[in-house]
Amino acid sequence: MATLYRKTLNWLDERFGAGSVEEFLRHKTVPVNRHTVWSYLGGITLFLFIIQVLTGILLLLYYRPTPNDAFESVQYIMTQVRFGWLIRSVHSWSANLMIFTAFVHMFSVYFLKAYRKPRELTWLSGILLLFILMGFGFSGYLLPWNTLSFFATKVGTEMAGSIPGIGKWLLVFLRGGQEVTGATLTRFFGFHVAVLPGLATVLLAMHLLLVQRLGMSVPPSVERAIAEGRATPRSIPFFPNFLLRDMIGWYAALGVLGGLAAIFPWELGTKADAFAAAPAGIRPEWYFLFMFQTLKYLPAKILFLEGEFAGLLGFGAAAAVWVLVPFLDRRIGFGRVTRFFTGLGIFVIGFIVVLSALALR
Amino acid sequence: METADPTPRGTVQPGRRWVNLLLGSGVVASIISFIYPAMRYIIPPPVTESSSRFVVAAKVGELKNNSGKIFKFGSRPAILVRLVDGSYRAFSAVCTHLSCTVQYRSDLHEIWCACHNGLYDLEGRNVSGPPPRPLESYEVHIQGEDVVVTRTT
Amino acid sequence: MKNSTTCIALILFSLQAASAAPPKDTCITCHSALEGDLAKPAKLFEGDVHHQAGLSCADCHGGNPNDESMDAMSRAKGFRGAPKKNQTPDFCARCHADAAYMHRFDPKMRVDQLSQYLTSVHGKRLKQGDTKVAACVDCHGVHNILPVSDTRSPVFPANVASTCAHCHSDAAYMKGYGIPTNQFALYEKSVHAQTLASGDTSAPTCSTCHGNHGATPPGVNSVANVCGTCHVMNEQLFEKSPHQAAFAKMGLPGCVQCHSNHEIVRPTDAWVGSGPQSVCVTCHTPGDKGYTVAQAMSAGLANLNSSLARAEKVLSVAERDGMDVSGAKVELAGTNEALVKARVNVHAFEEASVRELTDSGVEIAGKSYQAGVAALRERDSRRKGLGIALIAIVLAIGGLYLKIRQMESRE
Repeated sequence: MATLYRKTLNWLDERFGAGSVEEFLRHKTVPVNRHTVWSYLGGITLFLFIIQVLTGILLLLYYRPTPNDAFESVQYIMTQVRFGWLIRSVHSWSANLMIFTAFVHMFSVYFLKAYRKPRELTWLSGILLLFILMGFGFSGYLLPWNTLSFFATKVGTEMAGSIPGIGKWLLVFLRGGQEVTGATLTRFFGFHVAVLPGLATVLLAMHLLLVQRLGMSVPPSVERAIAEGRATPRSIPFFPNFLLRDMIGWYAALGVLGGLAAIFPWELGTKADAFAAAPAGIRPEWYFLFMFQTLKYLPAKILFLEGEFAGLLGFGAAAAVWVLVPFLDRRIGFGRVTRFFTGLGIFVIGFIVVLSALALR
Repeated sequence: METADPTPRGTVQPGRRWVNLLLGSGVVASIISFIYPAMRYIIPPPVTESSSRFVVAAKVGELKNNSGKIFKFGSRPAILVRLVDGSYRAFSAVCTHLSCTVQYRSDLHEIWCACHNGLYDLEGRNVSGPPPRPLESYEVHIQGEDVVVTRTT
Repeated sequence: MKNSTTCIALILFSLQAASAAPPKDTCITCHSALEGDLAKPAKLFEGDVHHQAGLSCADCHGGNPNDESMDAMSRAKGFRGAPKKNQTPDFCARCHADAAYMHRFDPKMRVDQLSQYLTSVHGKRLKQGDTKVAACVDCHGVHNILPVSDTRSPVFPANVASTCAHCHSDAAYMKGYGIPTNQFALYEKSVHAQTLASGDTSAPTCSTCHGNHGATPPGVNSVANVCGTCHVMNEQLFEKSPHQAAFAKMGLPGCVQCHSNHEIVRPTDAWVGSGPQSVCVTCHTPGDKGYTVAQAMSAGLANLNSSLARAEKVLSVAERDGMDVSGAKVELAGTNEALVKARVNVHAFEEASVRELTDSGVEIAGKSYQAGVAALRERDSRRKGLGIALIAIVLAIGGLYLKIRQMESRE
């Protein structure tokens, strides 16, 4: 077994230098401290993303992206195709789980200050990936073409359209027209299975490459403890120790997904009818709820700006700050934790949680 | 931290074997429990189209001239009528008045609703009684031995 | 004389203002300038269907619409004036019974209203001198008569009942006639009134069963015919049933005996059989043949209802647990249909025709029930499959954990 491995490695090495890659991976280590548990989250998110790709490809075998057929094809998958219910429910549940773990991963990186030099690009690519994931969620939500998804898309694209200047163009671009129609479905399908996966692949490759090159970050508190001699630096080899631990996480995620899919299968809903009145209580998916609820609370006018626009402006500014945190948090480059940024992070989490809870009431 | 490896290379400790076995079987079992559904999934089911767009309503020769048959189309009943001249018509069998299921009357050569005496002609138009709208009409094609009814919208 | 001077002055005024106006109708111009009841007809006539057709006051009332003097209303010259109550039918029928004349305006319009009216209770009593009864203008209005198809018309189908009720619900007005005055109140509770109110103009109102111009309540023996114009199956079955002859002999009014005439509400299955809400026990007593048949029909319906409930319950449980049962639910709709038909077949008043439908409905419900049970079994097998997968996963996790521990204890 070992000689086969050696032989294959040599063969590949003679052709594209696989030897140095293998060497690198073999010697790669992961720092161990009391915060290490958070470092599994990136891997779990990646694992769930791979699940999405695999189940998504399987769904592609039967799904039809036209208004006449979309709902029926999903119904077909749920009722006629063997284990179709499983594939579809896993895909829907995993989407939600993945975005959840992506958020937790992002916040853990934030609070552990892993975005500081030299990992600014990792942070940047990561935030962009988060936006892409939310784009996946938004575009994928329309595809079953049921009442909830139709009207949630209507509301969501309406919000995009209220941005002055580019708003009108953006609305037409997203919807493929003035209203949400079959053209929207075609477009969202294209985004969901081609455009976003393409972008995600590029950014993911960049993100993973950077993580491999730069290794796992050690939190400032631990670095300080080590520098002051209060703690010894510990690490474990990536392969096989960290990887085996990673796999425990993946298996746990699989178990949760399987349980959810079997006991709480994703519902079909009723076929979308553009001419029916919107049912009461339409809301977007949970990861958009905090924005949705905030916009609801804003008054019609703030100073001289229209309320909704001011809200979107606020979110845009907040997103810009968040993206640029590695460059704004100057003192962290010197290893000094600024309470302001920690406080900001806690505020943001609190804001998201409280507003999402309010939206669900 | 250096300790001599107590076991000579080449022999596997009993404890280690059990762990490897456990790990190996767990991983293999879990992989099978994922691969098996995926394999079954990619094999298309016997009915390749969802039945909401087209349906085989009857076999050629099953319906005599001047008779009708109720069949299921998607989630609603539909009616297949064979005219006196042998041609076929198909409509939704849901009466547009109060949703009773209509039937073909060979004595009247029209489609009749028993609930409140509504009548539709052989183009599905509401010609008498309470129904306010015509019956939704479908296309009929003969495909070999099958009389196939399709919905265009 | 003073009136006519005012008239002339105003006419000269309006002549200036209305130089491009339609041909002058002095009736309108003069009467519009008057007050109160004399001006009302002129104002109302603007919206009248006769006015739309190009007719003028003179076409009904005679006189000369071009004459600006009081001579326009000269009896000697053909002015007919306002008809008295008992003259109204003939007044309107002057045109409306003249087929050749009416064909100039609306070829398909009926011209038998007068002859129908004379057969009606209203018409007969009017001939005898009773001026309290309804004549043309009491229902159709006067001077602002709208077509029947206009929703504002008092004889638009949805408005007919309240038009009749103007008199027929007025107890003081109806005193002495010896008929009830609660028909409208009862009708409003009926399923027909509610259907009509919801926009279905095929639902019956007073005139549907009583006739409009020839308004007469249907005779006791012809009630079933009237109901049967829409409820065909029920009537046909009733006619062949033992009740037809029995009711005729006893002088009972057919459908009305059980269903009432004005307060026709949605019947329930409890009306059939021997229970507290049963209509059968009004006549039938334990031991007689009808009683037995009633009980048998009721048992059939109860059986079907309970099968339906059982199937619906299992399907809703399956659906709640995430199984897709839309196909089975569609099949179950066939049971609802069987129930509807069985209830119609009750009107044959014999066990077999109800039984054959309840039995077929029970069969369909049984199949849906089986489908629901199968869905629950599939749900359970999914959970078993999940259990197996979870065991495999737990094994794998356990193996991983032990492997890690083992590897790192060696170091």
